[in-house]
Amino acid sequence: MKEFVYDCVYLSEEDFAQGQVLFETWKPVAHYAWDAGIAISRYLAELKAGRLVGVHCPSCGRILVPPRMFCQDCFVPTDGFVPLQDTGTVVTFSICHIRWDMVRLEHPLIPAVIAIDGASPGMGILHLLGEVDPQAVRVGMRVRAVWKPPEEREGAITDIRYFKPLE
Amino acid sequence: MARNRVAIVGAGMTRFVRRAQETSKELAWEAASKALESCEMTLDDIDAVVIGSAPEAFDGVHMKSEYLSDGCGGWGKPVIRGYVGGGTGVFSAIQGWYHVASGLFDTVLVVAEEKMSACQPHPQGAFITIFDNITERALGPNLLWIFALEMNAYMTRYGLSKRDIALVSVKNKRNAADHPAALLGDPNITVEDVLNSEVLAWPVQRLDVSPVTDGAVAVVMAAEHVARRVTNKPVWVEGVGWNLDTAYWTNRDLSYPTYVEEAARMAYKMAGITEPRKQIHIAEPYDPFDYKELHHLEGLLLFDKGKAPEATALGITQRDGDLPVCPSGGLLGVGNPIAAAALMKVAELFWQLRGEAGARQVPGQPKRGVAQAWGDLMQVGTVIVLGV
Repeated sequence: MKEFVYDCVYLSEEDFAQGQVLFETWKPVAHYAWDAGIAISRYLAELKAGRLVGVHCPSCGRILVPPRMFCQDCFVPTDGFVPLQDTGTVVTFSICHIRWDMVRLEHPLIPAVIAIDGASPGMGILHLLGEVDPQAVRVGMRVRAVWKPPEEREGAITDIRYFKPLE
Repeated sequence: MARNRVAIVGAGMTRFVRRAQETSKELAWEAASKALESCEMTLDDIDAVVIGSAPEAFDGVHMKSEYLSDGCGGWGKPVIRGYVGGGTGVFSAIQGWYHVASGLFDTVLVVAEEKMSACQPHPQGAFITIFDNITERALGPNLLWIFALEMNAYMTRYGLSKRDIALVSVKNKRNAADHPAALLGDPNITVEDVLNSEVLAWPVQRLDVSPVTDGAVAVVMAAEHVARRVTNKPVWVEGVGWNLDTAYWTNRDLSYPTYVEEAARMAYKMAGITEPRKQIHIAEPYDPFDYKELHHLEGLLLFDKGKAPEATALGITQRDGDLPVCPSGGLLGVGNPIAAAALMKVAELFWQLRGEAGARQVPGQPKRGVAQAWGDLMQVGTVIVLGV
């Protein structure tokens, strides 16, 4: 099959350093303002009030979080918001040492999927862990939300700063 | 449902490189022209064109298939572009299959291309948009998070160590040393190299991950009456399957890819495969990360849940093992130009089943292989079964 591999031209760092390569650049300007939607608007409003909520599906009976206007399994409308606790269980986690552009972070971030108490089993959300030694984090660890003070909340997922271990 | 029989009759690709001087369109032409050359066909012999390419944000070019179409031989022909994230490469072959199986066309040129290097400072800047724009992106995620979270879920469920998983990276990078198009082949890499590489997002380390890559791959697919005229070694498409899971990924069991199983069951049923472990001789599962190969081997029903690492440690998945897995060198070794990487796996099966894989040839005259790709928000499985 060797003869059917086209030997394309490989550019090296050196080629760029020596100014051997011609290229064009462009920086897009495209800002977005997303409407949060029927279900997530309520989720965000409740976060601003310091509460987590889910929704109930009348067909499968599950309590789903993040909230959604319809249950994707049953394909029927959900029928109401349900208050949840601001505690939960770590389902899985990572200890992340890099930013999106591969620059090393001084302090690692600990993203985790956290199953929220009061929702149906396995209903997790993505958030961060804090006030914990990264090496001490375990799957199954019980955690609680650390909220921003009310005057700093803006109706966003970041109104919860992070989750920390329950004593 | 009546379907026409479809074969792959030609394949070609570019070398996979970190950064190619060629534009995306030029890379597509290089692969397409090699695929046509391999079966002594010209563009005049091609009825329709299928293009596979992942996010437009990589190129910064809107309507990428229209941009790519000239390089793919699409001018003046029916053209379609399919896009299911990392699953695109295998999906483009599936699309090529149904173009011909439907009876609508006799010959289709399938071209998958990716040039990730254009997106500066890092293609992750485009990848980040995979996270939910309202409930997740504000947390400052990067793409490695979903892999790290999934890998940890898999390791925790089955009590696996990093060493168990690093064996995959070693195998594939060693296999790639025999691939003439490979970016990261290394005949001497060891498990210690992987375990000692930079920690990016634990449990993911540098050598657990495939590299950012530019490259293109093309295959020619033909109806039986054309295939038999073009070649005496047609490689038949015996089964195809694809399946999508929910985008609410934090609500799913991340330790098992159910959607891959569903896609595999669809493909196996079409292929008449009832015992995949006996009836499949080579597997090319999607391996952008080392644990993904294991995850996908289990989803493909080739090993019990949680047992693929043990099989890897026993050498079963080596090129000369009972079930050679990623004899190409996979994405970890050959490279990962998203859509092109998965079509490379289809091309590898084509060469292996024809006995043309050179130094990579698996012994024992394999008769049937499966290729699989995966993508979107950890939610799509695409599967194709080829046989001779």
